[in-house]
Amino acid sequence: MIELENLTKTFTLSTTTIVAADKVNMTVPSGEICVLLGPSGCGKTTALKMINRLIPPTSGRILINGEDTARLNDIELRRQIGYVIQQIGLFPNMTIEENICVVPKMLGWDIKRARARATELIDLVGLDPRQFLHRYPKELSGGQQQRIGVIRALAADPPVMLMDEPFGAIDPINREIIQDEFLKMQSELKKTIMFVSHDIDEAVKMGDKVAIFRAGKIEQFDAPDHILAHPANAFVADFVGADRTLKRLRLVTAEEVTDAHCPVVSRLASPQEARNAARNGTGRIVVLIDADHRPVGYVTNEELEGADGSVADFAHTLPATVPVRADLRAVVSEMFANDIMWLACTDDQGRFAGIVTQPAVTAALGETYKRSERN
Amino acid sequence: MSMVRQATGIGRNVQLLVMFGLGIWVCNSGLLGQIGDNWDDIVYLSKQHMILVTVSGGAAILVGIPVGIWLSRPAMGRYAETVMQVFNIGGTIPTLAVIALSMTVLGIGFAPAFFGLFVASLLPIVRNTYTGLLAVPQHLKEAATGMGMTPRQILFQVELPNALYVIFSGVRTALAINVGTAPLAFLIGGGGLGELIFTGIDLMDTGMLLAGAIPTAALAVMVDFTMGQAQLRLVPKGVNPLR
Repeated sequence: MIELENLTKTFTLSTTTIVAADKVNMTVPSGEICVLLGPSGCGKTTALKMINRLIPPTSGRILINGEDTARLNDIELRRQIGYVIQQIGLFPNMTIEENICVVPKMLGWDIKRARARATELIDLVGLDPRQFLHRYPKELSGGQQQRIGVIRALAADPPVMLMDEPFGAIDPINREIIQDEFLKMQSELKKTIMFVSHDIDEAVKMGDKVAIFRAGKIEQFDAPDHILAHPANAFVADFVGADRTLKRLRLVTAEEVTDAHCPVVSRLASPQEARNAARNGTGRIVVLIDADHRPVGYVTNEELEGADGSVADFAHTLPATVPVRADLRAVVSEMFANDIMWLACTDDQGRFAGIVTQPAVTAALGETYKRSERN
Repeated sequence: MSMVRQATGIGRNVQLLVMFGLGIWVCNSGLLGQIGDNWDDIVYLSKQHMILVTVSGGAAILVGIPVGIWLSRPAMGRYAETVMQVFNIGGTIPTLAVIALSMTVLGIGFAPAFFGLFVASLLPIVRNTYTGLLAVPQHLKEAATGMGMTPRQILFQVELPNALYVIFSGVRTALAINVGTAPLAFLIGGGGLGELIFTGIDLMDTGMLLAGAIPTAALAVMVDFTMGQAQLRLVPKGVNPLR
C-alpha cells in the first residue's frame, strides 16, 4: 500500500515560486495499479519521483505499507522500490543477466540465487534464458529491452513499483502486447504500482485507479470507468475526450452483457423443435449449433412460421462471432463492420455462449447514469 | 571484379619489387652497417627513451583520469568549464616551449624532461575523461540512482565503463604525443633516442640519424598498436564500437 499525505513540492526560481505538487493526497491499496495521468508539466512525474526521492519532497508524508519512508535513507528506500523509466536505462556495459542482478547483488544476495532469479524472470516474459542472458542490451530490440527493464525492476521482488511512462517509447503494436503481458504478470505478482502516463487509453487499460493531475493538483481520483462516465469537471471531461463513452467499451467484456438464454437448437432439428425453443426465449432468433456446440447459423422466428423440412434449409450463416473474453470495443467493431444488431459469442473452446445485442451494449454503458439519477 | 583483383595483384608485386630494391640499396649503401655501428647506443638510449615515455605517460594517466573524474562531478559543474579552458590554453603551447620552460625552472636532466612530457600528455587524458563522463546519458544515471546505487557505485559500475572507450582514446592520443615528443628531451639533457637524431643532424651523419629515428618510429607504432589492442579488448563489448 502506498499512501501520500499532503505531499508538496515547490521550486523557487529567482523570484517566483513554482508549485509542482500541491498537497497531493492519495492511497493506492496493495496489489493495485494506480495511473497518474495528465498533460505534460502537470506534476505527475514529480509526484512519482518524490516517492523514491529522486525529487526530494518539500513537505508531506509518504507511507509504504503503513511505514513512514522518512525513516529510511535514500539508498535503502530505493532498493526496496522497483523503478522503470521510459528510456529503459539498461546499462549498456553489462549483459542482460548482470543488468537484472544489479539490485539483488547490492542487497547482498548470493550470486547463484541472483542468477537463478534472472533466469526465472526472463522466462516469465517469454524470452529464452540461454539465448538472452549473456547478450548486451544493444543486441535486443526495443520491445525486448523494455521487457528486461521491467523484470530488472522486479528482480529483488520489491512490494512497490514506480513506472514512469514505461511503454511510451515502444511502437503501438508492441506496446499493446507488452501491456497485455504486464497485466498478466501483475495478476500473479500483485505488486502495488504507481504508473505515470499521458495516454488516456493506456490509463484506462492499465489502471485499477486513475488520478488526473492538473497544475500539481489531483482533479479526480477514481476507477477508470467512473472517470470516463462521470468526469468531475470540465478539465477532466476535456482531457478524457469527447469519445469517452466509447473508451468505456474497453472496460467491459462481452461476457458481462451476453444473453446466455438465447434459444439454440441443433442444425439438424426440425422447424417445430426450433419453434418450441423460440417460445422459451425472448428474442426473434434461434441460433443453430453443430454437434460440438459451435454456432453455425441462425433462423428468425418469422421464417419458422409454418415451415417444414429441416431448419438447415433456410438457415442464415453467421457473419461473425466473438469470444466472450473480448471487450465491447471489439464486439461493437464487429457489429459495425458487418452491419448487424447482434453477435454470437463463443467460449474458450469455441462453443456457443450466448449473444450480444446492440441494445444490451448501450444499456450496459447507460446503466451508471440511471443509477446516479436514482440516487 | 577480376580487373580489380588483377590490379591489386600487380600493385602487390610492384610493392614487393620496391621493397626488394630498397633493401638492395640499403645493403649496398652501407647504411645498415652505419646503423649497426651505433647498436650499443641504440639499446641504451631506447631503454632511456622507454623509461621516459612510460614514467611520464603513466603519471599523466594517474593524474589525468582522477582530475577528469573530479571535474565531471556535479559539485564541480560551475568551475569545470573554466578549468577545462585553462587546460585547453595550456594545450596550445608547443611542447618544445613547455620543455624549454620547464628547463628554466627545473634545470637540466630527467626531471624537466619528465615534467614537459607529463604536461604535454595530460590534456588529452583530462579532456577525454571529462567529456566521456559527461556524455554518459542522463537516463542511465537516473536509472542507477532510482535503483538505489550509491554515487560511488554509479561512478564505477555505470559512468566509467560507459565512458571507457572515450577515455581510452584520450590515453592513446596522449601516448602518441608523448612518444613523438620524447626525442626533444635530449635538448634539455633528458637523454633518449633524441641524442642520436640530433647528433646525427649536427654531424650530417645519416646513419646515426636513422639509428635514432627508426627505433623512435618503431616505438611509436608499437605503442599505438598496443593501445589499440588494449582498447579493443579491455572496453566491455556492450559499449565498444569496435566489437
